[in-house]
Amino acid sequence: MTHEPVYDQPDAGGFFGQYGGSFISETLAQATEALHTAYRRYSVDPTFIADFQEELADYVGRPSPVYYARRLSNELGGAQIFLKREDLNHTGAHKINNVIGQAMLARRMGKRRIIAETGAGQHGVATATICARYGLECVVYMGREDIARQHPNVQRMALLGATVVPVTSGSCTLKDAMNEAIRDWVTNVDNTFYLIGSVAGMHPYPTMVRDFQTVIGKECLNQMPALFKRLGLDRQHPDAVIACVGGGSNAIGIFHPYIEHAAVRLIGVEAAGLGLDTGQHAASIQRGSPGVLHGNRSLILQDDMGQVQQTHSISAGLDYPGVGPEHAWLHEIGRAEYVSATDEEALGAFHQLCRMEGIIPALEASHAVAYAMRLAVTLPRNRTILVNLSGRGDKDMETVMAQSGPGVQP
Amino acid sequence: MSRLAMTFRQLRQQGRKALIPYVTAGYPGVDITPALMHVLVEAGADVIELGVPFSDPSADGPTIQAASEYALRQGIGLPQVLDQVQRFRESDTTTPVVLMGYANPIERYDMLRQPGAFAADAAAAGVDGVLVVDYPPEVSGRLGAQLRRHDIELIFLLAPTSTERRIRQVAECAGGYVYCVAVNGITGTQALDLVQVRDTLARIRRHVHTPVGVGFGVRDASTARAVAKVADAVVIGSWLIERLAEKPAAEALAAASNLIREVRHQLDLDAPESGPDHLSKPEPSEPQDPSHV
Repeated sequence: MTHEPVYDQPDAGGFFGQYGGSFISETLAQATEALHTAYRRYSVDPTFIADFQEELADYVGRPSPVYYARRLSNELGGAQIFLKREDLNHTGAHKINNVIGQAMLARRMGKRRIIAETGAGQHGVATATICARYGLECVVYMGREDIARQHPNVQRMALLGATVVPVTSGSCTLKDAMNEAIRDWVTNVDNTFYLIGSVAGMHPYPTMVRDFQTVIGKECLNQMPALFKRLGLDRQHPDAVIACVGGGSNAIGIFHPYIEHAAVRLIGVEAAGLGLDTGQHAASIQRGSPGVLHGNRSLILQDDMGQVQQTHSISAGLDYPGVGPEHAWLHEIGRAEYVSATDEEALGAFHQLCRMEGIIPALEASHAVAYAMRLAVTLPRNRTILVNLSGRGDKDMETVMAQSGPGVQP
Repeated sequence: MSRLAMTFRQLRQQGRKALIPYVTAGYPGVDITPALMHVLVEAGADVIELGVPFSDPSADGPTIQAASEYALRQGIGLPQVLDQVQRFRESDTTTPVVLMGYANPIERYDMLRQPGAFAADAAAAGVDGVLVVDYPPEVSGRLGAQLRRHDIELIFLLAPTSTERRIRQVAECAGGYVYCVAVNGITGTQALDLVQVRDTLARIRRHVHTPVGVGFGVRDASTARAVAKVADAVVIGSWLIERLAEKPAAEALAAASNLIREVRHQLDLDAPESGPDHLSKPEPSEPQDPSHV
């Protein structure tokens, strides 16, 4: 039996190799230090951990099932495809896992006001939900462009009692919402907790968000062997684990527990938008270069002057010009592969999953499904692919209807 | 002795406080910056902070964000900013210039050239100090060493929330002056609280022996004067930028001149030898001969 290498990242300064760290203005130094101290304390506190697990079970509905997509797999005729059903979580995406963890931390730190940024609105909805449940004030920053294309989620946040603040600076999307949330945090640092939705931001966020999301992969480690056994497959782990990557929180959540299992391919799917060579995409790993944005060093899409570039993706949740520093690191050391799917491929996968499995996936997760389908047909039938179906697609109805033309009837 | 050290020494000898205006390079016109810098010096500025435009200025409020976005639309990046400093230096070899901005344009500059290229080119252009908003002491070691090789000072921020440990950390590596952020927040949106400023300055001065400037929230001349009574320097950014907004070049230069003259006058009321010689600078024809030398 081969000895699996131990994966122990990041270092004390929050660096994954050259990526990560804490590139923050002095005005935030004390707040991030306090957060780090609190996180270090509670992440090993048995009561905190037990409370977190109880919330995940009773409120989110975990564990989420792994579903064998039999019809889709048969239709493709290649590797067998399994879906980790994060879309079945309360609020409809993986985002809630992290939100509960951070909101519990905020309460223990005595912070009564929560701020968040959101792109697709899933993180905003999850945050508004938890704030309602815990009785906390909630302010969500959302780009004007995203408000227009994710309107149902804006309405959900309002119903839940959150204040949604439209962001009109820069490109009016997720990165600008994050700038605005950081500005709010610096200004109201005494009573406010910044609840970041992805593995982005300054240390310790990329690590903390990852830790709260690894419940996804840990459940898979338990669920897959039993599922394989039921299907008569003699194995413990899938051959490949696939997830979409914007900031990369759902991907790191399912990848992380598999990192030490070196035989398992980890594949992150970035948004190729209109195509990687069109300049209209959000593929920070494949087309980006090292840079500092939102408090960490990672791979970012930028011009020769070091200005952060605008991105394009059909899915608001992947429309981000950076990526979590740990993904940049996993890419650099070759432990994970990063590929992409275009808007068109994602839409195709969206429709196929709707029609063949009765599952309406989020457009973000449709990128992962699209690549899984592409990979499956190149592999024999005895190989297995686990896809993180990170969210459901109800929020994307308007986008899909507008894009799909007359062939699809509502 | 560096231009920054020289300037602060002379001011101290005269019992005067430094007036440091901040302007975004390329604002409010793509070519206005060298002329604007001269006007600021003529009106009484001692040091100029020149903002390097960045697409994601998360420590800045709406005013400086808008100025930054304007400059970016005109194609102003770090290479153009260095050109502007060089042009300013053609007729002013004494006033210190400090670049203030974010880490990414600097890292990108070196990545596309070679490590240390920014420090070398900044020195060649005549830059005296660099303040990188998102480079706290923990991550600024490499840039600090590169800048020191060219006698450029790395300038740090301290805030009301800075702990004693962090103040000590900054004290160990701070060059030029320390920029004390007067309020918890972003540039230009709140009025500062003098009691808090005094308290923060006292905590800073227990460890920091370089001059300390105060900025973020100085929005009128009397506040500037009150701040100058307790600090070594007053930084004026958003208030000045607002005065320049959407003005044609000549009007913008006049507005800048008026504002800085007004503040200079207020600051010098508290100078011990505040005779007429120290209240104003010579006519624009002699920019290299500051009267307070």
